[in-house]
Amino acid sequence: MKIAIVSEKESLDARIDSRFGRCAYFAIHDTDSKTTEFFPNPAKDSPEGAGPAAVKFVASKGVKKVVAPEFGGKAEAMLEKLQIEMVNEKDKTISEVIKELE
Amino acid sequence: MTRTTIAIASGKGGTGKTFISTNLFNSLQNSGLNMALVDCDAEAPNDREFLREGVLQSTQAVTQKIPVIDKSKCTYCGKCDEYCNFNAIFFLEEPQTIEVLEELCHGCGACSVACEYGAITEKDDLLGKINRYKFPNGNELIEGKMEVGVHVSIQIIKESIKAAENFDLVLLDSPPGTGCPFIQTVYKADYVVLVTEPTPFGLSDLKQSVEILREMDIPCGVIINRADLGTDEALNYLKQENIPLLMSVPFDREIAVAYSKGEMITNLSSEWREKFSQLYRCIKEDFQKVKTK
Repeated sequence: MKIAIVSEKESLDARIDSRFGRCAYFAIHDTDSKTTEFFPNPAKDSPEGAGPAAVKFVASKGVKKVVAPEFGGKAEAMLEKLQIEMVNEKDKTISEVIKELE
Repeated sequence: MTRTTIAIASGKGGTGKTFISTNLFNSLQNSGLNMALVDCDAEAPNDREFLREGVLQSTQAVTQKIPVIDKSKCTYCGKCDEYCNFNAIFFLEEPQTIEVLEELCHGCGACSVACEYGAITEKDDLLGKINRYKFPNGNELIEGKMEVGVHVSIQIIKESIKAAENFDLVLLDSPPGTGCPFIQTVYKADYVVLVTEPTPFGLSDLKQSVEILREMDIPCGVIINRADLGTDEALNYLKQENIPLLMSVPFDREIAVAYSKGEMITNLSSEWREKFSQLYRCIKEDFQKVKTK
C-alpha cells in the first residue's frame, strides 16, 4: 500500500510539514516494496484550492493513506470521497512515521 | 460632462476608507454634482450605516454560472480540468472521478468552452445583491453585498460599479487589501485616494498599494489618518516617492465618538465639511495635473 506523508524537505530525516495542501514535499512510501520516493507538491503555490489539487496529486499516485498534522475542509471531503485514509501526526521525522506505520 | 471615478482604498484594513468615503460623499451632496457612492466592500459593506437618508430603490441579484457535469456524456478526457485555473474541477483518471468544487469556481466559463462532448451545462448561482439607495437630490448609494458562504466578491464589485455608470462623479469605497477585490475596484478608476495610518503596517501596505497602482498606471494621492499618533515615516515615504499628501486627519475624540454612533463629522462640524470640500479640490487638482502631463 502507498502512504503519502507531508514533508518539509526531500529527506527521510526531514520533519512532517505543518499542513497538507501546501506542504513542500510528499514522501510516498510503498509498504510492499519498502521504498520511499519524494515528490515536490505541485499544488503548493496554487492561489486557491491547494487542498483538492494536492488530493488529486496523491490519488493519481495510487496513495491509499495520507499522513499530515491536519487537513483542510475541502481536502478532507475529497479524501473521504476517494476513501483515502487520513492519519494525524506531527513533529516526527519521515523515517519515524514510516517505522510506526510498518 | 465625462464621468470621473475616484476610488478610496488602502492596503491595510481599518485605516478609515469608509470614514473618508462617506464624509467626502456627504460634503459634496449640496454641490450640484450628479454623484454616486459605490460601497465595493461587498464582504462587509457599511457605508449605509452612515448614509441612512437614502431610500431603497431596488435590489438586484448578482449571479454566476456554475458548471454542471452530465457524467453520462463525460468521456473523462480531463480537458475541462486543464482549462480551469482555480482547481474547481476535481478530475482523476484512476479511480475515474469528476466533481465540480463549486466554492472554488469563479464562473469564468472556460470549462464549458473546453468540453467537446456537451457534458457541461451551466446553472445560476446567487453570489450577492446590489442595493440602490436614492437621496432626494437624485444621488445614490450603491451597495454590493455578498451572500453568506460566497467568498469571491469580484463579480459583485464589477456589477455594482456598472450600476453607477450614469453618474458624473462616482466614488468607490474599496475593500481593504491589495488582492483581486481591490484591483477590481480600482481597475477603471481615474484616481485613487489611498488612506493610511502612520504605523509600520500602514506604511508597508501603502507601499504595496502604490506599487500596484503604478503598475496599473493609475494616479494616486494619500490621506494619513490618525496622523499625529505615529512616526514621520509615511510622510518621508510620500516625499521620497513624490506622492501628494491630500489630507491629514488627526486622532480626534470628536471624530471617533461621532463615527462610533454612525454620525458623520461633516454633518457635525462646518470646519470638517470645509476640509472635505478642500479634499475634493485637491484630488481634482492633482488629477488634472497628472492628466495634462
